[in-house]
Order: sequence, then C-alpha cells, then structure tokens
Amino acid sequence: MSDSVEKTKEPKEPLFSKKNKKLITDPLLDNNPITVQVLGICSALAITVQVEQGIVMGLSVAFVLMAGNVIISMLRNLIPSRIRIIVQLVVVASLVIIVDQLLAAFMPDISEKLSVFVGLIITNCIIMGRFEAFAMANKPWPSLIDAVGNSIGYAWILVLVAVFRELLGSGTLMGYQIFGSAIPGEEWGLYTMGYVNNNMMILPPMALIIVGVIIWVQRSKNKELIEGH
Amino acid sequence: MKFLEKIIHKHEPKFAKGGKLEKWNPLFESFTTLAFTPAHVTKKGSHIRDGVDLKRTMMMVIIALIPCLLFGMYNAGHFEMVAETGNRSLPFMDMFWSKLGAGAFIVLPLVVVSYGVGLTVEFIFGLINGHSLHEGFLVSGMLIPLIMPADVPLWMVAVATVFAVVIGKEIFGGTGMNIVNVALTARAFLFFAYPTSMSGDTVWMAGKEKAVDGFTGSTAMGDLATFMGDKASVGGQAIADGADALGAFTHEYSILESIMGNIPGSIGETSVIACLIGAVILLITGVGSFRIMVSFALGGLASGFLMNAIGGNAYLDLPAYYHLVIGGFAFGAIFMATDPVTAAQTATGKIIYGFVGGMVAILIRVLNPAYPEGVMLAILFMNVMAPIIDHYVVEANVKRRLKRLKTA
Repeated sequence: MSDSVEKTKEPKEPLFSKKNKKLITDPLLDNNPITVQVLGICSALAITVQVEQGIVMGLSVAFVLMAGNVIISMLRNLIPSRIRIIVQLVVVASLVIIVDQLLAAFMPDISEKLSVFVGLIITNCIIMGRFEAFAMANKPWPSLIDAVGNSIGYAWILVLVAVFRELLGSGTLMGYQIFGSAIPGEEWGLYTMGYVNNNMMILPPMALIIVGVIIWVQRSKNKELIEGH
Repeated sequence: MKFLEKIIHKHEPKFAKGGKLEKWNPLFESFTTLAFTPAHVTKKGSHIRDGVDLKRTMMMVIIALIPCLLFGMYNAGHFEMVAETGNRSLPFMDMFWSKLGAGAFIVLPLVVVSYGVGLTVEFIFGLINGHSLHEGFLVSGMLIPLIMPADVPLWMVAVATVFAVVIGKEIFGGTGMNIVNVALTARAFLFFAYPTSMSGDTVWMAGKEKAVDGFTGSTAMGDLATFMGDKASVGGQAIADGADALGAFTHEYSILESIMGNIPGSIGETSVIACLIGAVILLITGVGSFRIMVSFALGGLASGFLMNAIGGNAYLDLPAYYHLVIGGFAFGAIFMATDPVTAAQTATGKIIYGFVGGMVAILIRVLNPAYPEGVMLAILFMNVMAPIIDHYVVEANVKRRLKRLKTA
C-alpha cells in the first residue's frame, strides 16, 4: 500500500523500477500462472504434444495478453464496471481472431494441429485473470510488463511439458530425431536396441501428471507455496 | 538365528542417532525388522486386533502368491516350447523339468527387476524423508511380474515400476496412502505406454524370435475380442461366417483347461486353481477380505448373465461362469481387489465395491474390444470410487442411527 502512496508523490518512476521488475520475475516461478495459480491448464494439457505447438501457443497467448492488457489498461477509466466483462471479452475475441487468422495464413500446419485451442484462448483464465486483477487497476506500462511476465511464465511451463512429451513420446524435439528413427527397415539409434516410444506421453493424462510433477518439484523447493494442511 | 542377532546388536550403535552411519539407519532397520520383530512397544493405550504387523501380513500375501508364481513359471516354459514348435496341442505335462527351467529363466528376471528397481526407488524416498523402508512394496514387487505377459522387455518393467512407485504411491505419501493399486498402476502404465508389448497376439509367449513363422500366440481374451468385430478367430484360425465360433472357442479353451490354467495369458493369472489356493491362504490368515472376493465373483456372474440375456454374438452368448475362469478375473478378484489400502473399508462398502467392480470388469471386457481385459481397468476405477462408497455407507449409517434416536 505504501508503494501506491509513493507513486502519487513521485510520478516519474523509472521504466524498470524494482516493482516493475518484480512484475516480470514473479510469474516465472513463485506466482506462475500454471503451476501456482493453476490457470490455463486445459491448453497446457491439450497442445503440449510437440514443442513447436507449445512455442506457437505460448507466443499467441503472449500477443493476446500483452495487447489486451495494454488496451484494457488504457480503457480502464472509461469502462463502466457493470459491463466490464463484456468489454474485456470483446477485446480478447478480436485479438484472438487476429492471431487465428495470422496462424491460418502463415503457419497452416501448426494452425491445423492447434485447431480449436487457438480460439479457446478467449476462455483462457490467465488472460481474463490478468485483465481483471491487473489491467483494470494499473497504467498501460506496468500492465504491459505484467503481461510479458505472465506470458513467459505460461510459455516456459508449456515448453517444458512439451519437451518431455515430445522427447519421450515421439523421440523428437522440434521435429528433429533425437533418439534415432523407428521406421521399420531403416531404424537407427536407440530403436535398434529395442527402445520403444512411450505412447502414454502423447495421451493427455500424462501431461497432467508432468504438470503435477513440476508442481511437486517446485513446492518441495519453495515450502512457502504449500497450502496449509 | 542367534548369531544373526549378535551381529545386528553389535552394529546397532553405529546406525543409532549420532552414530557414524546414522544416514543409513533406514536401510539397517529395514533389514533387521525383516528378520526379527522390532522391540519397541506401544506406551499408551492401543487397540490391538491382531499381533501380526505389516511385514508379516505382507509375507502372508507373498506366500499366497507362490502357487501362482510356480504355475506361472511352468506355464511360461510350456508356451515358449509351444511357440518354438508351433504346436498348440503340445502335451502339457511332457518334459516337466526343462519347461520349468525355461519358465524360471523367463519369470525370475522379471521378479528380480521388479524388486530391485522398486526397492531402490522406495529406499531413495526413505532416505530423503528419513523413514525406514516401507513394507508395501514387498507384495507389489511380486504382483508386478505376475500380471505381465511373458515376453515383456525387462526395461519396460523397470520403467513401469518406477512410474508406479513414484506416481502411484510415493507422491501420495508412501505405503498405506496410495489411492490406486500400485501393481495395477504399473500394468496400466505399460498397457497405455507400450501397447504393442502388452496386448495383441504375439506377446503372451516368450521366445518370439525362435517361434515358427505365422504362429500366433493369441489368448482366450484376444480371441473373444475378435468375436465382437468382423473377423472372428480362435487360436490364430479364422472362423468362417456362420460357423460355430463359440463351439470353436470352448474346444480351444475348455473349461477344465481354463480352471487348470494351461492356456496362454499373463504369467500368474491363468490358473484358477493356483489363485484359489492363494485365496484359501489369505482367508485363513484373515489377510484378504472374503466379502470382496465373493461379491466380485458375483458381480462378474451377474454381468455375464446380463450379457447372455442380451445375446446376439458368440461373445455375448459365452456362458457366464466362463468369465470367472478366463483372463485375469480370478487373480484380480483375489489379489488385486482385496488390497486393504485401496479397497473400500466398511463391511457394506466392501460388498458394493466388489460387486460393482466385477460387473464393470465384464462390461469392459465384453463391450469394448479395444480393451480385451477389463479387470485391470475395473479395479483401478473402483479404487478411485472406494472413498465415495465408504462415505455414503457411513452417511447411511449415521442417518439410520439418528432415526432410531428420534423414535426412542
């Protein structure tokens, strides 16, 4: 609370003040949208079969979140609080349509794989959560920084899960064969020794388990995150 | 035994608090309590129902599993020979010792891997959390090899064991805290992760590489699943349209053979007789719950009769009692469903748990050809449901007693 008092006294805050830096670093670990707030889980489970999809999804959410946070933050004093959810939805929906069309135009393969999940960014709780919790109450610049922090926090968990799933499930990373090839007749690498890809990694339950294990590791490192018994 | 006790007493101070090897106390304690009953006594009032402790309870289950293990070894050896000769009607009792030896070479490595890997994981968690090695894995480690196909690669068993112990048990707090049966978790993991090594026609008999070309080692469950599709087959032989598929099936797997167990299948599950010997041991020692075993069988029968009533193809028309003796039904009902940690706890709850479990097992088995064996999935499902069943049983009891209070 004392911060806000100080802010009114001293309007010229440096762009990357301690507080603003914290807005970026906090969502990476201690307040991560996926592992701590447990938001945006559906997309984390659905599109992390391949690293490439994870990266594209992370970038799409980053774009929507950053642009949306800034727009909402600029409009925050104009939006009547009764209809704020509708206004927020309109903003997200327009941005998501832009992303969807761009992906369909320039990355048709990935767009097809991500299928409905790009459209479902609209319902991604991280975005509405940041609009409600941050952009509605802060200036555009801190809102943008908050969006950057949260989208990186979201994206890196997505990519981490995808690395495990693609490596163990398909034996590839970004489409490159890491463990060798399993094509009958021209096998090489680990597959000649009897290694078999883990099919369970491709199924959604395993994504849930991997996210769970990440949460487990994180909470055993940082005991403060453990909820009271 | 005296000299063993002496050795232990001599080295005890080193492992005690402040001793040189304090860190390894969990390991020391695990091994000493395996041989001797621990000396500590409950100081406050206790509720003793039985003098047996967890380790000795687990030992009873392992003893009960021995008939299944021995028969499984012999059966695995027998079917390796069948695969090599390509002759499905090879006499079962011929060349007894060489079959037993070959079977031991198939089964014992699985047991060693399962125990070695599982106990190592348990031990690492014990060291981290500072408790002694938990006993729970003694049984899981024996159950895991018994529910594997004979031809499963050892590294897969190792991976599945790590997964089952870490994700199935340790994550929830270790022995006694797990929600689902650890051994079945291992099997379910393999079933979904490596379907080509866990289901189909080629995995049930070891020695695939030596097998005669074109020989398929299909099981009763696999054959039955084909009845639900377009191309019915029994023992690798396609059944012509309109031919008596059920007759061919009961000829290939007669009821006597199914009870005896000389049919292909997972290592420990085929013989109903061996399972029943185990059941008798579990019931006499009071380790297994007869309520679950009986209601599980009744649930399966009920489901079987329901299928008969619907009828329409050879699988639906299969006599209901057949369901109890083929596949892993008997093994699951006796050793898996009765797991005291994951089953329902209340007496009424156990009956509901078993009955619904048996019903679901046959429903999955018959109606979903993608899962030829439904017992595993049914028991895992009921494991998850058990707390809810218990909750409603307790609630109903509370309600009944409140009513009694009001009228009085």
